[in-house]
Amino acid sequence: MTEDKGHAADVVRLMQEGTFAPAHWAKMMTSHGHSGFLDMRYVAHGDDWIELALPWREDLVGDPETGVLASGPIISLLDNCTSMSASARMKRFRPQVTLDLRIDYVRAAVPGKTIVARSECYQITRSMAFVRGIAHDGDITDPVAHAAGIFMLVETPNWVKQ
Amino acid sequence: MSAPILPPYARSMGMVFDHDENGSPVIAMDFSDRNTGRPGFLHGGAIGGLLEMAAFAALHAHLDQQGIDADIRLKPVNISIEYLRSGLPQRIFARGVVVRAGRRVANVRAEAWQSDRDKAVASCWMNFLLAPRKVPVEG
Repeated sequence: MTEDKGHAADVVRLMQEGTFAPAHWAKMMTSHGHSGFLDMRYVAHGDDWIELALPWREDLVGDPETGVLASGPIISLLDNCTSMSASARMKRFRPQVTLDLRIDYVRAAVPGKTIVARSECYQITRSMAFVRGIAHDGDITDPVAHAAGIFMLVETPNWVKQ
Repeated sequence: MSAPILPPYARSMGMVFDHDENGSPVIAMDFSDRNTGRPGFLHGGAIGGLLEMAAFAALHAHLDQQGIDADIRLKPVNISIEYLRSGLPQRIFARGVVVRAGRRVANVRAEAWQSDRDKAVASCWMNFLLAPRKVPVEG
């Protein structure tokens, strides 16, 4: 729990800082909790996009007959990735919560292959960030999943529990 | 109804069959570091994963009641999740309802809640493709 408190304090400190480094933020957010358990990794980012990766793992399989990854980890990857693309576009972190997330599972992911998600934030209003993303296993033109979502930008001081 | 068999992902996330409710399984998951998102709250993806498991389990139970579950492979086509409340550091439950199961496609809704059954944390609709299992050719 001490480590958790330290992490929560780090998150709050980064939120209060004026500057925002997406790579640093993404690495910190993916090294704890659910994202840390899934072993999510930062890959790259640009002005309004970010890429994260999720290595295949046996204990994340959804169908033991085929070895295909469950779709749950893909939801988590696209949730994090689309959320971080909003921060990349805003050039700062604002507390946000997922309002809605839709995912089309275009095809089954190939067992053993790392999933890469690339997400962009295509519009920001005062209170909402509109995002979309693609997950693939090596070739972005042959996607595994496609996501569209909306994040609400919130001002709650209790966004994280310390 | 027999308890649903949960895949490795669900088991490693701590999802368990809790009880049966009108022929549809209630799946539960305790709060832990493995499903924590922002510090002190459940991760939206973990809630989504739980909703999916409840939807899968509801559809399996529905097909099982018709005696055809073993003949059909369920392929998730898409999911749309609405997040209604923050996931608190408590046990979370989810249950699916089959809206329609036709010959090729099934439409399922699922809802997740915590201490108050009437205050949903998240809900989703999910579509599945029903693919016949290939029968092995004898000889």
